[in-house]
Amino acid sequence: MSDPRLAVIEKRLQDVRRVVAVSSGKGGVGKSMIATALALSLRDRGHSVGLLDLDFTSPATHVILGVEGLYPEEDYGIIPPMAHGLRYISITYYSVDEPTPLRGEDVSNAIIELLAITRWGELDYLIVDMPPGIGDATLDTVRLMPRIEFIVATTPSRVAFQSVRRLLVLLKDLGVPIIGVCENMVTNPHAYVREEVEGLGLEYLVSIGYDEGVEEALGDPEALRKTRFYKELETVSRSL
Amino acid sequence: MHEWALAEGVITTATRFAEENGITEVTEVVVVVGELQQVEHEVLAFAFEHLKTPLFENARFMLESQPARFKCRNCGNEWSFTSQGMTEDVSEAIHFVPEMAHVYIKCSECGSPDFEVKEGRGVWLATIRGVKGDE
Repeated sequence: MSDPRLAVIEKRLQDVRRVVAVSSGKGGVGKSMIATALALSLRDRGHSVGLLDLDFTSPATHVILGVEGLYPEEDYGIIPPMAHGLRYISITYYSVDEPTPLRGEDVSNAIIELLAITRWGELDYLIVDMPPGIGDATLDTVRLMPRIEFIVATTPSRVAFQSVRRLLVLLKDLGVPIIGVCENMVTNPHAYVREEVEGLGLEYLVSIGYDEGVEEALGDPEALRKTRFYKELETVSRSL
Repeated sequence: MHEWALAEGVITTATRFAEENGITEVTEVVVVVGELQQVEHEVLAFAFEHLKTPLFENARFMLESQPARFKCRNCGNEWSFTSQGMTEDVSEAIHFVPEMAHVYIKCSECGSPDFEVKEGRGVWLATIRGVKGDE
């Protein structure tokens, strides 16, 4: 019969105004950087923001934020601890730095479990750092969070964009709102991605230049805020 | 899974079921919980009592536990879950997110972390009994 966890998920998200997933068809395009910087940028603008890292096999947002020693408080579920002004949940609270070798059904169950036990409270935005690709995690997240909207990240590479294109088509077929596409790590500006995105009837949000300073800013949100990457991404947070 | 979240989920789901089926008084709710969830029965019973609405005033909440069994995908070995020897941190991690078993448990024969949870994972509402409004 019914899985009672599913009914709780709706309630856990009822006071969240917008749920925005940052996803990509391919790894290595800066998805976690964009998700984290977007969350921080929205916080800078005075919004209440949560950040949920659902990339169980390669979690990265805790490294970008420089989160250490945090652990959720238990209170009728778990309360996300505050990290640099964000209500923050990552599987690394429980897996620490160990590998998390989860197969499809396990991924689904872990997502359901985290969504069912986490009490976000009132939020303007919940930013979700998605695992790359169009596998179980993406399909489950769409199924479990019906109000979710997507920002999709790509690089200028045709290889990356071909995977991103598949994700965009899938999301369109699922009827999921797509806020638009961020082109990241741009070294030689070119119209290819913009034309492809607009050809799909979608919004091309921003071109973000390759910024060597980002690596130096890992673990230090104050330093991240000063990067060109962060400033260019602010156009997206302003438009949300 | 956290007991309070589970109790809340069971009550919400059972309420929805009762409404859809014209049940005005729930008399029995049976929940099956996999052992890997590490749910404490007493805490869950307390949470039910605290959260229940008038619909469940005379309801009996029953919890059935299903033992957890694993099968190694590498060597085929099957074994049972035991929390003996686990640190408190590991036990708590598995309690909150049972998939963390794949992080901390290895095959008892070959040491592989690639195993299947054959039984004893998940939570489901097995039975709801009640009285219909026109009965």
